[in-house]
Amino acid sequence: MVSRGDMVSSAREVAAATPDPELPLLTIGDLGILRDVEEADGGVIVTITPTYSGCPAMREITADLTGRLNAAGYPRVELRTRLAPPWSSDWITADGRAKLARAGIAPPGPRHGGPVLLTLGPRPATRCPACGADDTVELAHFGATACKALHRCRACAEPFEAMKAI
Amino acid sequence: MSAREKNQGLDVSDNPYDELADEHGADARWAFGTGFTDPLAGIDTTVPDGVDATALAAYCLALGDDALIYSHRLQQWITRLPELEEETAIANVALDLLGQARMLLARAGTVLGRSEDELAFFRDEVEFRNVRLVERADADFAELVGRLLIFATWRLALFERLREVPDPVLAAIAAKGVNELAYHRDYAAQWVVRLGDGTELSHARMQAALDTTWPLVDELFEAHPMDLVTVAHGEFDVVLDTVLATAGLSRPVIGALAKVGGRAGRDGVHTEALGYVLAELQSVARAHPEATW
Repeated sequence: MVSRGDMVSSAREVAAATPDPELPLLTIGDLGILRDVEEADGGVIVTITPTYSGCPAMREITADLTGRLNAAGYPRVELRTRLAPPWSSDWITADGRAKLARAGIAPPGPRHGGPVLLTLGPRPATRCPACGADDTVELAHFGATACKALHRCRACAEPFEAMKAI
Repeated sequence: MSAREKNQGLDVSDNPYDELADEHGADARWAFGTGFTDPLAGIDTTVPDGVDATALAAYCLALGDDALIYSHRLQQWITRLPELEEETAIANVALDLLGQARMLLARAGTVLGRSEDELAFFRDEVEFRNVRLVERADADFAELVGRLLIFATWRLALFERLREVPDPVLAAIAAKGVNELAYHRDYAAQWVVRLGDGTELSHARMQAALDTTWPLVDELFEAHPMDLVTVAHGEFDVVLDTVLATAGLSRPVIGALAKVGGRAGRDGVHTEALGYVLAELQSVARAHPEATW
């Protein structure tokens, strides 16, 4: 049993350090899906926002979060989902973007606000995370996980994944 | 010995698949992504004063049924698509819609006192309230992208309005769905343009696909007593006309599919195609009614 006085990390730090199961290089703090951590009466209330409506990683994240907080000396953990405002890739932190780029995944560009426009032509080119060239092409609108699309660099010929801007 | 110890020497600390092999007590799961919990867990699902709970539940159920049935039809394409990139795309679209269906059925369930699984697996055909557009199987890839364009354009316009309804849960589900649907619509529109503006054969098949699907479009815009919001046909037409003009395709001039005694999908009157979807969708749950997953 760990007494509260021994604890080095706050509940927020522990929760924020939970990795995303599909992008383990990123924490849920980096992704911006951790909305709130509240400590009350020896318990912790953690509020998270799902990235996509059907994202299968949410279940893994909640199980992992609870386990980590339990191990850090917080036996009572309550998880809450918050749907509004909806998650946006704009919430990924600068640190998270740097980690993505280092792992060869192009960080998402800024999401345009205002009315939802129809895009019929090519989207603005995404910078190649391998060589930095802007001469890239989108190979597929979707990728191996709900949050990514597939691109290729014409300069260095490397295929790469890019986080979708939503 | 835990899976983690067996893998000593490898850095598996961040591997979610390894976590599955570990003891989770009552939380045990048999595969990644399973261990389903209420998609609205921890959300205040109290229906606000002044909102008609019965009407709210009925409409959430109808919108959830649209997404559930269409997601299933899209899932039937998996392993049959022309390229790997389209496999991932359609799987992702189907997954987004399944996520929307789960939240909408769960929202209806909070009022009706039934779980999302009960609503998805233990209702009969006449109890489903989806529009007939989502029921039929696509005959080819052109029908897939044509119907997806129609569905996503209509649903996006609808969800943009739903963000303003007084029920905060439905409004939040809609706000989340808008971003996803915009992405689905772009994907479908780009394929319709590519096929319509492609070869003589691809153009002919894309036009034929639109002609086949068009009789199911009018039902989307007919006012129904259960509607909490409505979308004008004209708003949909602006988007469709832009895509069709770019693709060199013509808007079909074909009458709407007849109703039965003035009733259609929202009244529980469906085409025979729905029975086949439900037989496949519900067979496992009905064979093992006490099972959990």
